[in-house]
Amino acid sequence: MLKDITIGQYFPGTSLIHKLDPRVKIAVTALFIASLFFISKFYPYIFIVLFIAAVIKTAKLPVKFILKGLRPLMFIILITFAINLFMTKGEVLFELGPLTVTKEGLRQSVFMALRLVFLITGTSLLTLTTSPIALTDGIERLLSPFKKIGLPAHELAMMMTIALRFIPTLLEETDKIMKAQMARGADFESGNIINRARNLVPLLVPLFINAFRRADDLATAMEARCYRGGDGRTRLNELSFKNMDYVVLTGMTAFFGILIATRYLG
Amino acid sequence: MIIEIKNLSYVYNPGTPFEKKALDDISLGIEEGEFIGLIGHTGSGKSTLVQHLNGLIKPTSGEIIIDGDSLSDKSTKLKNIRQKVGLVFQYPEHQLFEETIYKDIAFGPKNLGLSQEEVDERVRHAMDLVGLDFEELKDRSPFELSGGQKRRVAIAGVVAMKPKVLVLDEPTAGLDPKGRDDILDEIRTLYEKENITIILVSHSMEDIARLVNRIFVMHRGRLAMDGSPREIFGRSDELEGMGLGIPQITKFMKKFKASGHDVKDDVLTIEEAKVEILKYLRGKKDA
Repeated sequence: MLKDITIGQYFPGTSLIHKLDPRVKIAVTALFIASLFFISKFYPYIFIVLFIAAVIKTAKLPVKFILKGLRPLMFIILITFAINLFMTKGEVLFELGPLTVTKEGLRQSVFMALRLVFLITGTSLLTLTTSPIALTDGIERLLSPFKKIGLPAHELAMMMTIALRFIPTLLEETDKIMKAQMARGADFESGNIINRARNLVPLLVPLFINAFRRADDLATAMEARCYRGGDGRTRLNELSFKNMDYVVLTGMTAFFGILIATRYLG
Repeated sequence: MIIEIKNLSYVYNPGTPFEKKALDDISLGIEEGEFIGLIGHTGSGKSTLVQHLNGLIKPTSGEIIIDGDSLSDKSTKLKNIRQKVGLVFQYPEHQLFEETIYKDIAFGPKNLGLSQEEVDERVRHAMDLVGLDFEELKDRSPFELSGGQKRRVAIAGVVAMKPKVLVLDEPTAGLDPKGRDDILDEIRTLYEKENITIILVSHSMEDIARLVNRIFVMHRGRLAMDGSPREIFGRSDELEGMGLGIPQITKFMKKFKASGHDVKDDVLTIEEAKVEILKYLRGKKDA
Protein backbone atom coordinates (compact mmCIF):
# COMPACT_ATOMS: atom_id res chain seq x y z
CA MET A 1 0.00 0.00 0.00
CA LEU A 2 2.66 2.49 1.02
CA LYS A 3 4.86 1.33 -1.81
CA ASP A 4 2.38 2.82 -4.31
CA ILE A 5 3.36 6.35 -3.38
CA THR A 6 5.65 7.50 -6.16
CA ILE A 7 5.31 11.26 -5.74
CA GLY A 8 8.72 12.77 -5.24
CA GLN A 9 10.41 9.49 -6.02
CA TYR A 10 13.60 9.54 -8.05
CA PHE A 11 14.13 7.05 -10.82
CA PRO A 12 17.91 6.76 -11.30
CA GLY A 13 19.30 6.91 -14.82
CA THR A 14 21.98 8.41 -17.04
CA SER A 15 19.87 9.82 -19.85
CA LEU A 16 20.13 13.27 -21.37
CA ILE A 17 17.20 14.39 -19.21
CA HIS A 18 18.83 13.10 -16.04
CA LYS A 19 22.00 15.01 -16.87
CA LEU A 20 20.37 18.38 -17.53
CA ASP A 21 21.03 21.16 -15.08
CA PRO A 22 18.30 21.04 -12.41
CA ARG A 23 17.65 24.78 -12.89
CA VAL A 24 16.78 24.12 -16.52
CA LYS A 25 14.45 21.32 -15.52
CA ILE A 26 12.76 23.45 -12.87
CA ALA A 27 12.34 26.31 -15.34
CA VAL A 28 10.92 24.01 -18.01
CA THR A 29 8.53 22.50 -15.48
CA ALA A 30 7.39 26.00 -14.49
CA LEU A 31 6.80 26.79 -18.17
CA PHE A 32 4.96 23.51 -18.55
CA ILE A 33 2.63 24.31 -15.67
CA ALA A 34 2.07 27.88 -16.89
CA SER A 35 1.23 26.70 -20.40
CA LEU A 36 -1.26 24.16 -19.01
CA PHE A 37 -3.16 27.01 -17.40
CA PHE A 38 -3.00 29.20 -20.49
CA ILE A 39 -4.11 26.54 -22.95
CA SER A 40 -7.82 26.93 -23.61
CA LYS A 41 -8.33 24.60 -26.56
CA PHE A 42 -7.95 20.89 -27.10
CA TYR A 43 -5.47 20.77 -29.96
CA PRO A 44 -2.42 22.12 -28.00
CA TYR A 45 -2.88 19.13 -25.71
CA ILE A 46 -1.55 16.99 -28.54
CA PHE A 47 1.77 18.77 -28.17
CA ILE A 48 1.67 18.38 -24.39
CA VAL A 49 1.18 14.63 -24.83
CA LEU A 50 4.02 14.54 -27.34
CA PHE A 51 6.24 16.47 -24.93
CA ILE A 52 5.49 14.08 -22.04
CA ALA A 53 5.97 11.05 -24.28
CA ALA A 54 9.28 12.39 -25.57
CA VAL A 55 10.59 12.98 -22.04
CA ILE A 56 9.50 9.51 -20.89
CA LYS A 57 11.15 7.94 -23.94
CA THR A 58 14.41 9.86 -23.60
CA ALA A 59 14.67 9.30 -19.86
CA LYS A 60 13.78 5.60 -20.30
CA LEU A 61 11.12 5.77 -17.59
CA PRO A 62 8.74 2.81 -17.37
CA VAL A 63 5.21 3.98 -18.28
CA LYS A 64 3.74 1.64 -15.66
CA PHE A 65 5.62 3.49 -12.98
CA ILE A 66 4.10 6.82 -14.00
CA LEU A 67 0.59 5.41 -14.23
CA LYS A 68 1.00 3.98 -10.74
CA GLY A 69 1.80 7.49 -9.51
CA LEU A 70 -1.56 8.68 -10.84
CA ARG A 71 -3.56 6.07 -8.99
CA PRO A 72 -3.65 7.71 -5.53
CA LEU A 73 -4.91 10.93 -7.19
CA MET A 74 -7.60 9.22 -9.24
CA PHE A 75 -10.19 10.23 -6.63
CA ILE A 76 -9.45 13.94 -6.96
CA ILE A 77 -9.48 13.69 -10.75
CA LEU A 78 -12.84 11.91 -10.70
CA ILE A 79 -14.39 14.47 -8.34
CA THR A 80 -13.18 17.34 -10.51
CA PHE A 81 -14.59 15.56 -13.53
CA ALA A 82 -17.97 15.01 -11.87
CA ILE A 83 -18.31 18.57 -10.55
CA ASN A 84 -17.47 20.09 -13.90
CA LEU A 85 -19.73 17.67 -15.70
CA PHE A 86 -22.83 18.42 -13.67
CA MET A 87 -22.34 22.01 -12.56
CA THR A 88 -21.64 23.78 -15.83
CA LYS A 89 -24.60 25.64 -17.34
CA GLY A 90 -25.29 25.63 -21.04
CA GLU A 91 -26.91 23.65 -23.82
CA VAL A 92 -28.50 20.57 -22.24
CA LEU A 93 -27.40 17.26 -23.73
CA PHE A 94 -29.33 14.86 -21.49
CA GLU A 95 -30.67 14.61 -17.95
CA LEU A 96 -30.01 12.02 -15.26
CA GLY A 97 -32.70 12.57 -12.64
CA PRO A 98 -31.87 15.89 -10.93
CA LEU A 99 -28.52 16.10 -12.73
CA THR A 100 -28.14 17.66 -16.14
CA VAL A 101 -25.24 17.21 -18.47
CA THR A 102 -24.56 20.10 -20.82
CA LYS A 103 -22.41 20.26 -23.89
CA GLU A 104 -20.21 22.88 -22.21
CA GLY A 105 -20.05 20.74 -19.07
CA LEU A 106 -18.85 17.71 -20.98
CA ARG A 107 -16.18 19.71 -22.74
CA GLN A 108 -15.13 21.46 -19.52
CA SER A 109 -14.94 18.25 -17.46
CA VAL A 110 -12.84 16.34 -20.00
CA PHE A 111 -10.63 19.40 -20.37
CA MET A 112 -10.11 19.78 -16.60
CA ALA A 113 -9.49 16.08 -16.03
CA LEU A 114 -6.86 16.05 -18.77
CA ARG A 115 -5.29 19.20 -17.34
CA LEU A 116 -4.95 17.52 -13.93
CA VAL A 117 -3.51 14.34 -15.42
CA PHE A 118 -0.95 16.35 -17.39
CA LEU A 119 -0.15 18.48 -14.38
CA ILE A 120 0.59 15.45 -12.23
CA THR A 121 2.54 13.51 -14.85
CA GLY A 122 4.48 16.56 -16.02
CA THR A 123 5.61 17.57 -12.56
CA SER A 124 6.40 14.02 -11.54
CA LEU A 125 8.75 13.87 -14.53
CA LEU A 126 10.85 16.51 -12.78
CA THR A 127 11.24 14.53 -9.56
CA LEU A 128 11.59 11.22 -11.38
CA THR A 129 14.59 12.43 -13.38
CA THR A 130 16.22 14.72 -10.81
CA SER A 131 17.79 13.46 -7.61
CA PRO A 132 16.50 15.25 -4.50
CA ILE A 133 19.95 16.73 -3.88
CA ALA A 134 20.19 18.17 -7.39
CA LEU A 135 16.65 19.46 -7.08
CA THR A 136 17.25 21.39 -3.88
CA ASP A 137 20.61 22.65 -5.19
CA GLY A 138 18.74 24.02 -8.16
CA ILE A 139 16.08 25.63 -5.99
CA GLU A 140 18.70 27.19 -3.74
CA ARG A 141 20.51 28.71 -6.71
CA LEU A 142 17.28 29.94 -8.27
CA LEU A 143 16.24 31.58 -4.99
CA SER A 144 19.62 33.03 -4.11
CA PRO A 145 18.98 36.43 -5.80
CA PHE A 146 16.16 36.92 -3.28
CA LYS A 147 18.59 36.63 -0.36
CA LYS A 148 19.11 40.38 -0.73
CA ILE A 149 15.54 41.00 0.37
CA GLY A 150 15.95 38.63 3.32
CA LEU A 151 14.75 35.34 1.88
CA PRO A 152 16.60 32.51 3.66
CA ALA A 153 17.31 30.59 0.44
CA HIS A 154 19.86 28.23 1.91
CA GLU A 155 17.76 27.38 4.94
CA LEU A 156 14.72 26.74 2.78
CA ALA A 157 16.71 24.46 0.51
CA MET A 158 18.23 22.63 3.47
CA MET A 159 14.77 22.11 4.96
CA MET A 160 13.57 20.69 1.67
CA THR A 161 16.58 18.42 1.34
CA ILE A 162 16.00 17.06 4.82
CA ALA A 163 12.26 16.66 4.28
CA LEU A 164 12.79 14.82 0.99
CA ARG A 165 15.58 12.75 2.49
CA PHE A 166 13.28 11.56 5.27
CA ILE A 167 10.24 10.64 3.19
CA PRO A 168 11.51 7.11 2.49
CA THR A 169 12.76 6.75 6.06
CA LEU A 170 9.38 7.72 7.47
CA LEU A 171 7.56 5.43 5.06
CA GLU A 172 9.81 2.58 6.09
CA GLU A 173 9.26 3.40 9.73
CA THR A 174 5.49 3.56 9.23
CA ASP A 175 5.61 0.18 7.54
CA LYS A 176 7.63 -1.27 10.41
CA ILE A 177 5.41 0.07 13.19
CA MET A 178 2.29 -0.99 11.29
CA LYS A 179 3.65 -4.50 11.05
CA ALA A 180 4.66 -4.54 14.69
CA GLN A 181 1.16 -3.48 15.75
CA MET A 182 -0.45 -5.90 13.32
CA ALA A 183 1.63 -8.63 14.94
CA ARG A 184 -0.15 -7.62 18.15
CA GLY A 185 -3.51 -7.99 16.45
CA ALA A 186 -4.07 -4.37 15.39
CA ASP A 187 -6.36 -3.88 12.42
CA PHE A 188 -5.74 -0.98 10.04
CA GLU A 189 -7.86 -2.12 7.15
CA SER A 190 -11.44 -2.64 8.29
CA GLY A 191 -14.13 -0.91 10.32
CA ASN A 192 -15.92 2.39 9.82
CA ILE A 193 -14.15 5.71 9.49
CA ILE A 194 -14.23 6.60 13.20
CA ASN A 195 -12.88 3.23 14.24
CA ARG A 196 -10.24 3.41 11.59
CA ALA A 197 -9.12 6.81 12.81
CA ARG A 198 -8.98 5.48 16.36
CA ASN A 199 -6.99 2.47 15.20
CA LEU A 200 -4.34 4.83 13.85
CA VAL A 201 -3.32 5.94 17.35
CA PRO A 202 -0.97 2.95 17.89
CA LEU A 203 0.68 3.89 14.61
CA LEU A 204 0.86 7.68 14.90
CA VAL A 205 2.08 7.98 18.48
CA PRO A 206 5.26 5.93 17.97
CA LEU A 207 5.77 7.49 14.55
CA PHE A 208 5.77 11.02 15.98
CA ILE A 209 7.95 10.08 18.93
CA ASN A 210 10.49 8.48 16.60
CA ALA A 211 10.38 11.40 14.18
CA PHE A 212 11.14 13.89 16.97
CA ARG A 213 13.91 11.68 18.28
CA ARG A 214 15.37 11.43 14.79
CA ALA A 215 15.15 15.19 14.22
CA ASP A 216 16.95 15.78 17.50
CA ASP A 217 19.69 13.31 16.58
CA LEU A 218 20.08 14.88 13.16
CA ALA A 219 20.41 18.37 14.64
CA THR A 220 23.08 17.15 17.03
CA ALA A 221 24.93 15.34 14.25
CA MET A 222 24.86 18.45 12.06
CA GLU A 223 26.14 20.66 14.86
CA ALA A 224 28.85 18.11 15.63
CA ARG A 225 30.02 18.60 12.06
CA CYS A 226 30.04 22.38 12.55
CA TYR A 227 26.98 23.20 10.46
CA ARG A 228 26.33 26.92 10.80
CA GLY A 229 23.93 27.69 7.98
CA GLY A 230 24.63 28.89 4.48
CA ASP A 231 27.14 31.73 4.88
CA GLY A 232 30.51 30.93 3.40
CA ARG A 233 29.52 27.34 2.70
CA THR A 234 31.09 25.82 -0.41
CA ARG A 235 29.67 22.89 -2.31
CA LEU A 236 30.96 19.65 -3.74
CA ASN A 237 29.24 19.94 -7.10
CA GLU A 238 28.97 23.46 -8.48
CA LEU A 239 26.10 23.83 -10.93
CA SER A 240 27.13 25.09 -14.33
CA PHE A 241 25.23 25.42 -17.60
CA LYS A 242 26.51 23.30 -20.48
CA ASN A 243 25.72 23.80 -24.15
CA MET A 244 22.94 21.27 -23.97
CA ASP A 245 21.30 23.21 -21.14
CA TYR A 246 21.19 26.38 -23.25
CA VAL A 247 19.79 24.48 -26.21
CA VAL A 248 17.06 22.80 -24.15
CA LEU A 249 16.15 25.98 -22.30
CA THR A 250 15.83 28.03 -25.49
CA GLY A 251 14.00 25.31 -27.37
CA MET A 252 11.54 24.67 -24.56
CA THR A 253 10.88 28.36 -23.95
CA ALA A 254 9.95 28.70 -27.61
CA PHE A 255 7.85 25.53 -27.54
CA PHE A 256 5.82 26.50 -24.48
CA GLY A 257 5.71 30.12 -25.67
CA ILE A 258 3.87 28.96 -28.76
CA LEU A 259 1.54 26.77 -26.70
CA ILE A 260 0.71 29.72 -24.47
CA ALA A 261 0.15 31.89 -27.54
CA THR A 262 -2.50 29.45 -28.83
CA ARG A 263 -4.85 30.95 -26.27
CA TYR A 264 -4.85 34.23 -28.17
CA LEU A 265 -4.92 32.75 -31.65
CA GLY A 266 -7.99 31.87 -33.69
CA MET B 1 5.29 -29.83 12.91
CA ILE B 2 4.33 -26.34 14.09
CA ILE B 3 5.94 -24.47 11.19
CA GLU B 4 6.50 -25.84 7.73
CA ILE B 5 7.90 -23.80 4.87
CA LYS B 6 7.94 -25.17 1.32
CA ASN B 7 9.97 -23.58 -1.48
CA LEU B 8 9.44 -20.06 -0.20
CA SER B 9 10.75 -17.22 -2.38
CA TYR B 10 10.26 -13.50 -1.96
CA VAL B 11 11.16 -10.59 -4.23
CA TYR B 12 11.11 -6.95 -3.06
CA ASN B 13 9.79 -4.31 -5.51
CA PRO B 14 9.35 -6.64 -8.47
CA GLY B 15 9.46 -4.94 -11.86
CA THR B 16 11.32 -1.81 -10.73
CA PRO B 17 15.04 -0.99 -10.76
CA PHE B 18 14.96 -1.59 -6.99
CA GLU B 19 14.03 -5.25 -7.48
CA LYS B 20 15.77 -7.51 -5.01
CA LYS B 21 15.44 -11.21 -4.36
CA ALA B 22 15.33 -11.50 -0.58
CA LEU B 23 14.43 -15.17 -0.17
CA ASP B 24 15.32 -17.90 -2.60
CA ASP B 25 13.61 -21.29 -2.44
CA ILE B 26 13.61 -21.87 1.30
CA SER B 27 12.23 -25.10 2.71
CA LEU B 28 12.32 -26.00 6.38
CA GLY B 29 10.32 -27.53 9.20
CA ILE B 30 10.21 -26.61 12.88
CA GLU B 31 8.88 -28.98 15.56
CA GLU B 32 6.95 -27.85 18.59
CA GLY B 33 9.22 -27.07 21.54
CA GLU B 34 12.36 -26.38 19.54
CA PHE B 35 14.57 -23.41 20.36
CA ILE B 36 15.85 -22.18 17.02
CA GLY B 37 18.67 -19.76 16.40
CA LEU B 38 18.51 -17.91 13.09
CA ILE B 39 21.81 -16.37 12.04
CA GLY B 40 23.04 -14.68 8.93
CA HIS B 41 24.85 -11.63 7.66
CA THR B 42 22.97 -8.30 7.47
CA GLY B 43 20.72 -8.49 4.42
CA SER B 44 20.73 -12.28 4.27
CA GLY B 45 16.94 -12.38 4.53
CA LYS B 46 16.44 -13.24 8.21
CA SER B 47 13.98 -10.45 8.94
CA THR B 48 12.09 -11.08 5.70
CA LEU B 49 11.80 -14.74 6.60
CA VAL B 50 10.42 -14.15 10.10
CA GLN B 51 7.87 -11.64 8.82
CA HIS B 52 6.47 -14.38 6.62
CA LEU B 53 5.78 -16.54 9.64
CA ASN B 54 2.70 -14.58 10.73
CA GLY B 55 1.56 -13.38 7.35
CA LEU B 56 2.91 -9.82 7.53
CA ILE B 57 4.54 -10.44 4.16
CA LYS B 58 2.95 -12.60 1.48
CA PRO B 59 5.29 -14.98 -0.31
CA THR B 60 6.10 -14.35 -3.98
CA SER B 61 6.00 -18.12 -4.37
CA GLY B 62 5.94 -21.13 -2.07
CA GLU B 63 3.85 -22.12 0.91
CA ILE B 64 3.91 -21.60 4.67
CA ILE B 65 1.98 -23.88 7.01
CA ILE B 66 1.51 -22.83 10.63
CA ASP B 67 0.13 -25.46 12.97
CA GLY B 68 -1.64 -27.20 10.09
CA ASP B 69 -3.08 -24.06 8.46
CA SER B 70 -1.65 -22.90 5.17
CA LEU B 71 -1.18 -19.12 5.01
CA SER B 72 -2.03 -19.08 1.31
CA ASP B 73 -5.38 -20.67 2.12
CA LYS B 74 -8.16 -18.06 2.00
CA SER B 75 -10.05 -19.64 4.90
CA THR B 76 -7.07 -19.20 7.24
CA LYS B 77 -7.69 -16.26 9.57
CA LEU B 78 -4.59 -14.09 9.88
CA LYS B 79 -5.70 -12.99 13.31
CA ASN B 80 -5.42 -16.56 14.58
CA ILE B 81 -2.02 -16.96 12.96
CA ARG B 82 -0.79 -13.75 14.57
CA GLN B 83 -1.96 -15.00 17.92
CA LYS B 84 -0.14 -18.29 17.39
CA VAL B 85 3.08 -16.74 16.12
CA GLY B 86 4.16 -13.78 18.25
CA LEU B 87 6.72 -11.56 16.58
CA VAL B 88 8.96 -9.20 18.51
CA PHE B 89 10.62 -6.81 16.08
CA GLN B 90 14.03 -5.22 16.34
CA TYR B 91 14.02 -2.33 18.79
CA PRO B 92 10.45 -3.21 19.84
CA GLU B 93 10.40 -0.33 22.33
CA HIS B 94 9.91 2.00 19.34
CA GLN B 95 6.36 0.73 18.97
CA LEU B 96 5.16 1.58 22.50
CA PHE B 97 2.33 4.10 22.43
CA GLU B 98 0.03 3.87 25.44
CA GLU B 99 -0.12 6.13 28.47
CA THR B 100 0.52 3.31 30.91
CA ILE B 101 2.52 0.13 30.81
CA TYR B 102 -0.59 -1.86 31.64
CA LYS B 103 -2.52 -0.49 28.68
CA ASP B 104 0.36 -1.07 26.30
CA ILE B 105 0.78 -4.70 27.25
CA ALA B 106 -3.00 -5.17 27.18
CA PHE B 107 -3.18 -3.93 23.58
CA GLY B 108 -2.56 -7.37 22.06
CA PRO B 109 -4.85 -9.38 24.38
CA LYS B 110 -7.61 -6.78 23.89
CA ASN B 111 -7.33 -7.11 20.13
CA LEU B 112 -7.91 -10.82 20.62
CA GLY B 113 -11.26 -9.92 22.15
CA LEU B 114 -10.59 -11.41 25.59
CA SER B 115 -12.57 -10.58 28.71
CA GLN B 116 -11.32 -7.92 31.13
CA GLU B 117 -10.37 -10.54 33.75
CA GLU B 118 -8.49 -12.58 31.19
CA VAL B 119 -6.65 -9.49 29.91
CA ASP B 120 -5.77 -8.57 33.47
CA GLU B 121 -4.46 -12.03 34.20
CA ARG B 122 -2.39 -12.11 31.01
CA VAL B 123 -0.79 -8.73 31.63
CA ARG B 124 0.12 -9.77 35.16
CA HIS B 125 1.58 -13.05 33.94
CA ALA B 126 3.51 -11.51 31.03
CA MET B 127 5.03 -8.81 33.25
CA ASP B 128 6.02 -11.47 35.73
CA LEU B 129 7.71 -13.54 33.02
CA VAL B 130 9.86 -10.68 31.77
CA GLY B 131 10.74 -9.55 35.28
CA LEU B 132 8.61 -6.43 35.63
CA ASP B 133 6.83 -5.70 38.90
CA PHE B 134 3.10 -5.46 38.15
CA GLU B 135 1.94 -3.38 41.12
CA GLU B 136 4.82 -0.97 40.94
CA LEU B 137 4.85 -0.37 37.19
CA LYS B 138 1.37 -0.92 35.80
CA ASP B 139 0.28 2.72 36.02
CA ARG B 140 3.58 4.29 35.00
CA SER B 141 4.22 5.62 31.51
CA PRO B 142 6.36 3.31 29.40
CA PHE B 143 8.28 6.35 28.19
CA GLU B 144 9.77 7.01 31.63
CA LEU B 145 11.57 3.67 31.72
CA SER B 146 15.16 2.81 30.84
CA GLY B 147 15.96 1.23 27.46
CA GLY B 148 16.12 -2.31 28.82
CA GLN B 149 12.88 -1.87 30.78
CA LYS B 150 11.07 -0.44 27.76
CA ARG B 151 12.15 -3.43 25.74
CA ARG B 152 10.77 -5.74 28.42
CA VAL B 153 7.41 -3.99 28.23
CA ALA B 154 7.41 -4.45 24.46
CA ILE B 155 8.29 -8.13 24.74
CA ALA B 156 5.62 -8.59 27.42
CA GLY B 157 3.13 -7.06 24.97
CA VAL B 158 3.73 -9.97 22.62
CA VAL B 159 4.09 -12.64 25.32
CA ALA B 160 0.68 -11.59 26.70
CA MET B 161 -0.91 -12.90 23.52
CA LYS B 162 0.20 -16.39 24.59
CA PRO B 163 1.76 -17.35 21.28
CA LYS B 164 2.74 -20.96 20.55
CA VAL B 165 5.77 -19.70 18.68
CA LEU B 166 7.68 -16.63 19.80
CA VAL B 167 9.97 -15.01 17.26
CA LEU B 168 12.48 -12.47 18.57
CA ASP B 169 14.40 -10.38 16.05
CA GLU B 170 17.67 -9.35 17.70
CA PRO B 171 16.15 -8.80 21.13
CA THR B 172 19.46 -7.68 22.65
CA ALA B 173 20.56 -5.14 20.03
CA GLY B 174 21.74 -1.91 21.61
CA LEU B 175 21.53 -3.06 25.23
CA ASP B 176 24.33 -2.96 27.78
CA PRO B 177 25.88 -6.29 28.89
CA LYS B 178 23.70 -6.51 32.00
CA GLY B 179 20.52 -5.70 30.10
CA ARG B 180 21.49 -8.26 27.49
CA ASP B 181 22.06 -11.05 29.98
CA ASP B 182 18.80 -10.24 31.77
CA ILE B 183 16.76 -10.36 28.58
CA LEU B 184 18.40 -13.61 27.49
CA ASP B 185 17.75 -15.17 30.90
CA GLU B 186 14.12 -14.14 30.65
CA ILE B 187 13.86 -15.67 27.20
CA ARG B 188 15.26 -18.89 28.55
CA THR B 189 12.82 -18.86 31.47
CA LEU B 190 10.02 -18.25 29.04
CA TYR B 191 11.11 -21.23 26.99
CA GLU B 192 11.36 -23.50 29.99
CA LYS B 193 8.23 -22.39 31.85
CA GLU B 194 5.81 -21.73 29.04
CA ASN B 195 6.69 -24.70 26.87
CA ILE B 196 6.70 -22.66 23.66
CA THR B 197 8.73 -22.77 20.47
CA ILE B 198 11.22 -19.93 20.16
CA ILE B 199 13.00 -18.54 17.14
CA LEU B 200 15.82 -16.20 18.08
CA VAL B 201 17.41 -14.02 15.41
CA SER B 202 20.79 -12.82 16.57
CA HIS B 203 24.21 -11.65 15.49
CA SER B 204 25.78 -12.83 18.70
CA MET B 205 27.17 -16.34 18.30
CA GLU B 206 27.67 -16.49 22.08
CA ASP B 207 23.98 -15.91 22.75
CA ILE B 208 23.00 -18.45 20.13
CA ALA B 209 25.46 -21.07 21.42
CA ARG B 210 24.25 -20.62 24.98
CA LEU B 211 20.53 -20.88 24.32
CA VAL B 212 19.38 -22.69 21.22
CA ASN B 213 19.20 -26.34 20.27
CA ARG B 214 19.06 -25.92 16.51
CA ILE B 215 20.54 -23.34 14.15
CA PHE B 216 19.50 -22.10 10.72
CA VAL B 217 22.13 -20.18 8.79
CA MET B 218 20.91 -17.83 6.07
CA HIS B 219 23.17 -16.64 3.29
CA ARG B 220 22.08 -14.41 0.39
CA GLY B 221 18.43 -15.36 0.75
CA ARG B 222 19.09 -19.08 0.92
CA LEU B 223 19.08 -21.51 3.81
CA ALA B 224 22.77 -22.39 3.86
CA MET B 225 22.95 -24.65 6.93
CA ASP B 226 20.61 -26.38 9.34
CA GLY B 227 21.85 -28.35 12.31
CA SER B 228 22.71 -28.48 15.99
CA PRO B 229 24.98 -25.74 17.38
CA ARG B 230 27.84 -28.22 17.64
CA GLU B 231 27.51 -29.23 13.98
CA ILE B 232 27.16 -25.68 12.74
CA PHE B 233 29.98 -24.17 14.77
CA GLY B 234 32.17 -27.08 13.67
CA ARG B 235 32.03 -25.61 10.18
CA SER B 236 33.79 -22.39 11.12
CA ASP B 237 35.55 -21.90 7.77
CA GLU B 238 32.26 -21.93 5.89
CA LEU B 239 30.70 -19.58 8.44
CA GLU B 240 33.58 -17.15 8.12
CA GLY B 241 33.16 -17.26 4.35
CA MET B 242 29.63 -15.92 4.91
CA GLY B 243 30.84 -13.08 7.08
CA LEU B 244 29.80 -14.89 10.25
CA GLY B 245 31.86 -16.35 13.04
CA ILE B 246 31.80 -18.85 15.85
CA PRO B 247 31.70 -18.16 19.59
CA GLN B 248 34.97 -16.75 20.95
CA ILE B 249 35.41 -19.68 23.30
CA THR B 250 34.98 -22.22 20.48
CA LYS B 251 37.56 -20.30 18.49
CA PHE B 252 39.91 -20.36 21.43
CA MET B 253 39.55 -24.11 21.93
CA LYS B 254 40.18 -24.74 18.23
CA LYS B 255 43.42 -22.74 18.41
CA PHE B 256 44.38 -24.43 21.65
CA LYS B 257 43.92 -27.82 20.03
CA ALA B 258 45.75 -26.75 16.89
CA SER B 259 48.76 -25.76 18.97
CA GLY B 260 49.17 -29.39 20.03
CA HIS B 261 46.95 -29.83 23.07
CA ASP B 262 44.66 -32.81 23.13
CA VAL B 263 41.27 -31.23 23.91
CA LYS B 264 37.84 -31.45 22.30
CA ASP B 265 37.27 -28.34 20.25
CA ASP B 266 33.50 -28.50 19.84
CA VAL B 267 32.67 -26.68 23.07
CA LEU B 268 30.07 -23.94 22.94
CA THR B 269 30.20 -22.19 26.30
CA ILE B 270 32.80 -21.08 28.79
CA GLU B 271 31.47 -23.63 31.30
CA GLU B 272 32.04 -26.48 28.86
CA ALA B 273 35.50 -25.19 28.04
CA LYS B 274 36.36 -25.02 31.72
CA VAL B 275 35.39 -28.66 32.22
CA GLU B 276 37.35 -29.70 29.16
CA ILE B 277 40.50 -27.78 30.10
CA LEU B 278 40.43 -29.06 33.68
CA LYS B 279 40.08 -32.60 32.35
CA TYR B 280 43.02 -32.00 30.05
CA LEU B 281 45.22 -30.55 32.81
CA ARG B 282 44.41 -33.39 35.19
CA GLY B 283 45.15 -35.93 32.45
CA LYS B 284 48.53 -34.30 31.90
CA LYS B 285 49.39 -34.36 35.57
CA ASP B 286 48.60 -38.07 35.81
CA ALA B 287 50.70 -38.95 32.79
